[in-house]
Amino acid sequence: MAFAAFATAEAQPQAPKKRSRIALFLLLPGIAYLVLFFLTPLISLVLTSLQAPREFGDIGEFDYAFNWQNYVTVVQQYLPHIARSFGYALAATVLALLFSYPLAYFIGVKARRWPLLQSLMLVLVIAPFFISFLLRTLAWKQILSDESFIITSLKALSLMAPDAHFTGTPFAVIFGLTYNFIPFMTLPLYTTLERLDTRYLEAGSDLYANPFTVFRKITVPLSMPGIVAGTLLTFIPAAGDYVNASRDFLGGPDTQMMGNVIEANFLVLLNYPVAAALSIILMAAILVLVGIYVKRSGTEDLL
Amino acid sequence: MAVREFAERGADLELVGIQKRFPGFTAIEELDLVIPAGSFFALLGPSGCGKTTTLRLVAGLEEPTKGRILIGGKDVTDTKSHERPVNTVFQSYALFPHMTIIENVAFGLKRRRIGDPLGKAHEALKLVELDHIAQRKPQQLSGGQQQRVALARAIVNRPALLLLDEPLGALDLKLRRQMQLELKTIQEEVGLTFLHVTHDQEEAMTMADTVAVMNNGVIEQMGAPEELYELPRTSFVANFLGQSNLFTGAVVGTTGTAITVAAAGGRIVVPTSRAQRHQGEVTVGVRPEKVTLHVEEPGESSARSVLGPGRIVDVSFSGVSTQYLVDVAGAGTVVVFAQNMGFGPVAEVGTEVWLSWAIDHGFGLDDEPGEGGRFPADDSTRSIAVQRREALVSELEEH
Repeated sequence: MAFAAFATAEAQPQAPKKRSRIALFLLLPGIAYLVLFFLTPLISLVLTSLQAPREFGDIGEFDYAFNWQNYVTVVQQYLPHIARSFGYALAATVLALLFSYPLAYFIGVKARRWPLLQSLMLVLVIAPFFISFLLRTLAWKQILSDESFIITSLKALSLMAPDAHFTGTPFAVIFGLTYNFIPFMTLPLYTTLERLDTRYLEAGSDLYANPFTVFRKITVPLSMPGIVAGTLLTFIPAAGDYVNASRDFLGGPDTQMMGNVIEANFLVLLNYPVAAALSIILMAAILVLVGIYVKRSGTEDLL
Repeated sequence: MAVREFAERGADLELVGIQKRFPGFTAIEELDLVIPAGSFFALLGPSGCGKTTTLRLVAGLEEPTKGRILIGGKDVTDTKSHERPVNTVFQSYALFPHMTIIENVAFGLKRRRIGDPLGKAHEALKLVELDHIAQRKPQQLSGGQQQRVALARAIVNRPALLLLDEPLGALDLKLRRQMQLELKTIQEEVGLTFLHVTHDQEEAMTMADTVAVMNNGVIEQMGAPEELYELPRTSFVANFLGQSNLFTGAVVGTTGTAITVAAAGGRIVVPTSRAQRHQGEVTVGVRPEKVTLHVEEPGESSARSVLGPGRIVDVSFSGVSTQYLVDVAGAGTVVVFAQNMGFGPVAEVGTEVWLSWAIDHGFGLDDEPGEGGRFPADDSTRSIAVQRREALVSELEEH
């Protein structure tokens, strides 16, 4: 950003210099903040990811090096976790979209005639934020545990095998991710659907489109900005999530995601280069995926 | 044109006993209407009179509370809007912002799986002279261009019935006149049935074969534009379609061909054939341009009604004509339009004048005089109320 500011000041010498200085001055706290808390840790992370173990050193002792093989080892060792991370995040994003779209459509379009109902439902969507998501996820662990009413009932009805579990399975992790990110999906969807001009829908129906075609050809394209924002706000944090998949919450040994592995390497195994390399891979992979997604969804002129 | 391949002739529209209630108010009281195939029909009325609701009922965007809708003899009351052979040019145009112009125009054709949708869409765009911007998005177009695209998007489907919901409302005057002509030409060229909803009386009169004047959810009067203008049946029509001078009084004499009304301090004669009511208290009127100003008292004539003397209170020059406001004792203010045949106004403010008009130009209304509650507060109707009250007050003063 700072570079961009310099570049425009140079490219347009006729622009009043004083104004650009003020803009720069106002940007200073932001730039300082980003350099201190974003750029520095990022550089430090990259350097850490290339460290090599100290010769004759103790566990957790590393020296700065250019040990790029770290990345190869990490990918070989943790490929299932990487695949799992993006798989679970994708599943949770799709599920959250399927749950949130009708909800957001109802609040934003159908409930327009009743503003009170609209605000009440919005409050209900936001209400979970008033309790820490750790507590809520722990509560789900209780609700879905083997001794819980739901699971014992399902087993009594033979809908679940007597020796089956729910917590500790991939379903439980995807369930937890979906649950935790539904508000992040619903709110951006709501903001675009709330502005949706229903006259376009009437025009579509006037032009021989049945309700399903109207939805597919008009409602969905017009709500694309909300869909893109919601899926990004869900997918990015879900891919790096380490709470839901953790053994202490809804996960088990076979559901570990990248976040859990990074946590374990940093805090338990004290293998900092591996943890750092994993973090960088996660970041790069998300950047690439998001870049392709935004480009392909073609929402530039709708945003 | 290639689109004729799937064209049928326009179909006639029939509304039978339509009523539409919304929670809290009734938009349409009771509506029976037949629009013959191939005609250009205008539904004219002030905002809130139920004309847009009527259009939405025909399009299938609203359901009637009571009554049936028939298009081409087929009952379509219970069908959804996408199943009706009807297309609408919306007031807001409602062009899909995420599609190009050509995609917008081809939308309906693709939904009906009609062959070569893009070719036909290009044909339709050529008809409105916008084929060169087929690849643009709607927001890159001016209001007039968007309006023409909306029209092309509707007529490309060759609907049995084309609905126009004040499509010219957002255009400036010059473009509006141009579009009115274009619309009329296209209607004649493609032979569709047009139902045009508007609040602009001039637009309705210049374009439509038949005009229905709607007020408070009922059709007050329906007919050819000239007929409505020359022989209005209610004071609402008399004042919504142009201006009128109205006088209320009792019928004092009846001959075989005319009635004589004692009003405005004189006697006004109206042909029986042009009066809706022939006894009791009646309201009669005359159009301002039919009234002649006299600076000397005209002689009694059996062919003309005479009012006066009165005093000119205002003169406003508007190019082709001059408008005089004349205060006549017992009649309130009478409006006179005089063609500017010479140079400038013929009389000045304060001049004593007499007014006369040919008996054949007078008309008698169907309204119950003093039926004040019939019209809600509305600019045009309020002026009638004021006019009426003034007439009554001056009448009382005389007695």
